[in-house]
Amino acid sequence: MVPLHYYLLLSAILFACGVTGFLIKRNIITIFMSIELMLNAVNLSFVAFAARWHVLSGQVFVFFVMVVAAAETAVGLAIIIAVYRTRETLNVDQVNLLKL
Amino acid sequence: MPGAISQWFSAGDYLLALPMILLSIFALGILLIDLMLPPEWKSINAWTAGIGLAFSTAAVIRIHLAYARAGQGVLSYTGFMGSMMVDRFAIYFFYLFLVGAGIAILMSAHYLEIERENHGEFYALILFSVVGMMCMAAGFDIVLIFIGLELMAISTYVLVGFLRSDRRSNEAALKYLLLGAFSSGIFAYGLSLLYGLTGSTNLQLIGEHLATHMRENPHDPIAILALVTTSTGLFFKIAAIPFHQWAPDAYEGAPTSITGFMSVAVKAAGWAMLLRIFLSGLYPMRPIYVPLLVFVAIATMTGANLAALTQNNLKRLLAYSSIAHVGYMLLGLIAGSSTTPSATGIQGILVYLLVYTFMNLGAFAVITSLRRRDVIGDEIDDIAGLITRAPAEAVLMLIFLLSLAGIPPLAGFYGKYFIFLSLIETGHYQLAAVAVLYAVFGLYYYMRIANAMFMRKAVDTRPVTLSPAMATALAITGIATVGIGIFPDLFIRAAGWSLSIAQPLQLTSLFH
Amino acid sequence: MPQNYVPIFLFMGVAFAIPAVTLVLFKLVRPENPHKTKLMPYECGITPLDDARGRYTVRFYIVAILFVVFDVETIFLLPWAVRFRWLGKFGLLEMGIFLGILIVGYIWIWKKGALEWV
Repeated sequence: MVPLHYYLLLSAILFACGVTGFLIKRNIITIFMSIELMLNAVNLSFVAFAARWHVLSGQVFVFFVMVVAAAETAVGLAIIIAVYRTRETLNVDQVNLLKL
Repeated sequence: MPGAISQWFSAGDYLLALPMILLSIFALGILLIDLMLPPEWKSINAWTAGIGLAFSTAAVIRIHLAYARAGQGVLSYTGFMGSMMVDRFAIYFFYLFLVGAGIAILMSAHYLEIERENHGEFYALILFSVVGMMCMAAGFDIVLIFIGLELMAISTYVLVGFLRSDRRSNEAALKYLLLGAFSSGIFAYGLSLLYGLTGSTNLQLIGEHLATHMRENPHDPIAILALVTTSTGLFFKIAAIPFHQWAPDAYEGAPTSITGFMSVAVKAAGWAMLLRIFLSGLYPMRPIYVPLLVFVAIATMTGANLAALTQNNLKRLLAYSSIAHVGYMLLGLIAGSSTTPSATGIQGILVYLLVYTFMNLGAFAVITSLRRRDVIGDEIDDIAGLITRAPAEAVLMLIFLLSLAGIPPLAGFYGKYFIFLSLIETGHYQLAAVAVLYAVFGLYYYMRIANAMFMRKAVDTRPVTLSPAMATALAITGIATVGIGIFPDLFIRAAGWSLSIAQPLQLTSLFH
Repeated sequence: MPQNYVPIFLFMGVAFAIPAVTLVLFKLVRPENPHKTKLMPYECGITPLDDARGRYTVRFYIVAILFVVFDVETIFLLPWAVRFRWLGKFGLLEMGIFLGILIVGYIWIWKKGALEWV
C-alpha cells in the first residue's frame, strides 16, 4: 500500500510544474497544457483523498473536473485558432493590443 | 441509504432546480430554432431568450411564495441530498442574475446587428451562463459550485470572443480564458485540500469538520494552504487586486453589452460563491482570512482608483472602477469581530450588488448606444459633447456616474452607506476613513467623463439613435438608479430578508 | 513481499523468450527474398504520395475539438452502465435526458456543417 502523502507530494509537484509552466512559457499551446497539468494534479489529489476517507464524492468530483477540462480545451482551442487567424502568431507576447 | 434510487429525490428537489431547468430548455431551444431561422428573422432569438428568462423568473417567484407561505421560521430549503440550497440568499441572487441577463439582452439586440454577428448562440450562451450562476449561488456542495462556476466561465469566454473577426475581442477572450482556467485550477486544488482535510464535499460538513480541525490544530499549514488557494480562485473571479489583470483586458475587448453583463451578473455570481464559501465552508477560519481580506481590499481600492485616473478608454475606465467597487464590497465582509461577520456588512454587500447592477449596466448601455458601423465609440473622445448630440442620454449617463461615485440621493449612495456604517459599528475606523477617501478620489475620474460630455465639443456631431430595446434598457436602469435612491426602504428590506428576518444574529444560523 | 513477485518474473521471462525464440527460428527456416515494394505500407494498395509523418491541415482541428468533447461524455455513461439494474428506470430516464442534451448539440454541429468533409 502506497502511503497517502506520496500521492499528495506527487500531486503538489505536478501542480507546481503546471503553475511554473503557465508563468514562464510563451507559447499559448504550452500554457494550455500547463493548465491541464494543474487540473490533473487536482484529480490525483482528489482520488487519493477519496481513498483515504472511503467517500466516493471525491471521485465524482474528478469526473466533473475531467469533463470541465475537456470543455475548456475545446473552447480554448477554438479561441486559439481565432487568434491565430487574425494575427498569425502563437506567442503570447505578441498578442498585445490591449495594454495598461 | 436504503431503497430504490428514485426515492432519494423528491418532486421538491426538481421545483428548487426549476429555474435552471427552464433556462436550459430555452437555451437548447434557441440553438435548434436558430438553425431554422432565415437571417432577417434573427431577432426572434432575443425574444425567445426573454421569454425563457420570464419563465425562469416565474419559477423563482414560485419558490419565493413557498417561503412566504412557510412563515418566518423557514430560512432555507435544500435539495438533491443537500447539494443544492435554495435559501433566501440564493433567491435574492437569482433575481439579480435574471435582471442582469434581461437588461444585457435588451442592450445586445441592436448592437449585434451593427457588429454583424447576430447569431442565436449568443443568447443561448447568456442563458447557459445564468444557469451556471444559479448553480454557484445555490450550490451547497463544492461539486455543484465548481460545475456552476465552469459553466458560467466557459460560456463567458465564448461571449467575450464573440466578435470573431475583431482582433481585440479575440485577444480579450484568449487572456480571459487563460487566466480564468488558471484560476479555476488553483481553486480546484484548494477544494481538493479542503476535501482532504474534512472528508466531505458538503459545505456544511466541511465547516463543521474544519471547526474541529482548527480547534485541535489552529495553525495547520495544510489548512492555511487550502484557504489561500481557495481564496485566490475566489479573488480571481471577483477581480480583486492582485488577481485582477484579466479584467481590464476582457472588459475592453468584449462586445460592450457583454462587458456590462460581466461586470454585474458574472461578478455577482462570484460574490455569491465567495460569500457562501467564506461564511459557511471556511467560516471556522475567519480569524485567519480577515487579515488577508484587509490586505486585498486596501490593495484593490488603491490600485484600481490610481489606474482608473489615466484611462482614456471608457470600457477600460469602467473596468477599473468596477475593480474599485469590489474593494469597497470586500470591506463589508471584513466588518465584524474576528469570529463573527457583521450582518450590516453582508447586507451592505447585497444592497451594493443590487444597485451596482442597475447603475453599471446603465453606463454600459449608454456606451453601447454610441457604437455605429464606422465608429467603435468606446474612447472618451467619442463621448465628448454628448449633451448636444443626445441630451437625454447625457443626463442619464451623468446620473449613472454620480451614482457610481456614491452621491446621495442616488442608488449608489446606499451601497456605500451600509458598508461604511458596518465598518464604523464594529470599530474599523481607519478602514472606513481610507474607503471614504478613495470614494472621493473616484469622483475625479467619473467627473472626467462628465466633463467630456458636457464641456467639450463633439468630434462627431451626428445624433445618436436608439433602438426600442436599448431605450427600454436605459429607461429601466435609469428609473431603478433614481428610484432606489429615493425609495431605498423596499430594497434594503429585501436584502435584509435574504439574510434572515430583521434578526442579524440569525445570520450564522442561516449559513450553518 | 518479494516472493509474491516470482510468478510475475517467471511470466516476464516467458514473455520475452517467446518472440526471441520465434524470430531466431523463422530466420533460420524461411527463404530470403528482399524487395523494395515489400517495405511499402499497403503493399497491394495505393502507392503513397508522400511521407506519412507530414503535417495535418488545420482543417482537422474542428474534428479534433468535437472528438475531445464527445469522447469525455463516456465518463458519465460508464458508472451508469456498471450499476444499470440498480439504477433502474430512474437512471434510464436521467441518462435519456443527458443524451438528449448531447443530441441537441450533435444536431447543432451537424446543421452548422462542422461534420462536412472539406
